[in-house]
Amino acid sequence: MFLAATMTTPDIPWSNLLPLLILLGGACALLMLGSLVPNWPRVATPIVTISTAVAAGIASCVQWNDLYYRKGFTIISDSVSVDRFAIAATIIITVAVALGALLAAAHNDAANGDPLERYALLLTSAIGAVVMASANDLIVLFLGLEVLSLSLYLMAASDRRRVESQEAGLKYFILGGFASAFLLYGIALVYGSTATTNISGIAQSLADRVEVGGSDAMLLVGIGLMLVGLGFKVSAAPFQMWTPDVYEGAPTSVTSYMASAGKVAAFAAILRVFIVGLDSRVDDWRPVIWVLAILSIFVGSTMAVVQTNVKRMLAYSSISHAGFILVGVEAAAHAKSNGLSASMAYLSIYTMLVLGSFAILIAVAGNGDSATSLDSFKGLAKRRPALALAFSTLLFAQAGVPFTSGFVAKFGVIKAAVEAHSYGIGIAAMVGAVIGAFLYLRIVVSMWMEEPTTDEAIVIPVPVTVVIAISVAFALVIGFFPSLLLNAIDLVRFAPR
Amino acid sequence: MLSAIQPTTSWYLILAAVLFGIGAFGVMVRRNPLVMFMCIELMLNAVNLTFVSLATGLTDINGQVVVFFVMVVAAAEVVVGLGIIVAIMRRRNGVTADDLTALKG
Repeated sequence: MFLAATMTTPDIPWSNLLPLLILLGGACALLMLGSLVPNWPRVATPIVTISTAVAAGIASCVQWNDLYYRKGFTIISDSVSVDRFAIAATIIITVAVALGALLAAAHNDAANGDPLERYALLLTSAIGAVVMASANDLIVLFLGLEVLSLSLYLMAASDRRRVESQEAGLKYFILGGFASAFLLYGIALVYGSTATTNISGIAQSLADRVEVGGSDAMLLVGIGLMLVGLGFKVSAAPFQMWTPDVYEGAPTSVTSYMASAGKVAAFAAILRVFIVGLDSRVDDWRPVIWVLAILSIFVGSTMAVVQTNVKRMLAYSSISHAGFILVGVEAAAHAKSNGLSASMAYLSIYTMLVLGSFAILIAVAGNGDSATSLDSFKGLAKRRPALALAFSTLLFAQAGVPFTSGFVAKFGVIKAAVEAHSYGIGIAAMVGAVIGAFLYLRIVVSMWMEEPTTDEAIVIPVPVTVVIAISVAFALVIGFFPSLLLNAIDLVRFAPR
Repeated sequence: MLSAIQPTTSWYLILAAVLFGIGAFGVMVRRNPLVMFMCIELMLNAVNLTFVSLATGLTDINGQVVVFFVMVVAAAEVVVGLGIIVAIMRRRNGVTADDLTALKG
């Protein structure tokens, strides 16, 4: 009784955490039912996963509507924020989970693996991603990041028949842990400088600080270390070394999820920490983002050209996409820019594109992930014309050809950069887009203009067809009617401080 | 008199920075995944020391609470990391990072 009287615990508005609770419930239900129900039907696992993700997505859409006239608010003593930005990221993540589960279903069916834990991990990693995207406290953010990463390490290593998969898991684990330690050290130093780990609190403390004291060095080192840690997670150059290896080694269905949801969560964290928390130190970190963005675009698009494996090519292309999103982050650092919504639009479009592209990789590589070299794509147009057409559409969209969603995305971030008077980075991004187009054209050319090396029939599982169709439809519809997406994304705002 | 020298917060911060540096250096130069993994743990514990000493310096309890969260995360990492390492060990005898050559990088 005495204890209850003296301890004040924060109110927890459960309804605002509904998407998280649904995902958690789904993960627990899956593990319990899978181990307790004898003869648990294999096909039920993906169905439970997908319906959980869809339910969480619908709950987030309802939250989005409830916010109609408000900017957002924070809950649980300021540690979690409920705003359009977090909700948009949640919706993208749940879509990635649903499509990722579809891909995993097809993949596992062919590979005859033991899939149940993989789906549970898919849901727990989504919990981490959502927590990360809505965290308003650096420690909550770190916990979300770890929940996401630990699930992803296991998912990367989950194919027990391929040695590459375990190697990818170990590499991802060591480098990911290394990056997490840097992030955490950064958080510790920022805490030492501002005496709080709350992101709005940090903003307040920095804005109130009048004179520049001796502790400013600690703050700057902290900001730098946090950038290193988060840069690793979004695979921005020069912290991109792990990306091609891990993306190549992991099962393709996992790679598609890692490249989409993982990146969305990490970018959401970058945007919130830097735009909200370190707003008043923008002149210190904006140049670093500038360099990271340009390096990522150029490293990604030039290194991709010399690869011979399509999976590695897509990995490098995801590095250059990270660079473009960083262009949006750089723009968002300026006052009164729409870089924030441009980055979010890029993230949502990129998520759909990358899921579709890896789905096609699953269809072509078939059983066992190994046939992902460029040779297996030669003459695809003669073997499966529709598949080749779909892949060409997605690749053109990734290159940013007009009337595809990729153009809307790239145009958005470059426009935001130019409007914020960052002409240099805008021009560099355009040049980088041209270099990057070479890579995509190279795949398209070998699909349409070369002779097939094999005439083995390509069997496309139904779930993969569904993912490809959704992705191509999204790329074209948003390409022709960008306002459908952009009008909604324009509402993305951070909760007021 | 030597006993008059009281360690201050910055002593601990410097010690933590050195530990963190040793850990980071170890991850980069050692080739045994288990040792690399121990170096990551060293880095995390260096951060813990930083948090505790900063919290004492600021007389703020939050920094000390953080340490518990970090310890939980480190424990979870042990489970996952050792799981992956054991899975590789069972396929081949012994693990060093140089043996892992199926992927290019």
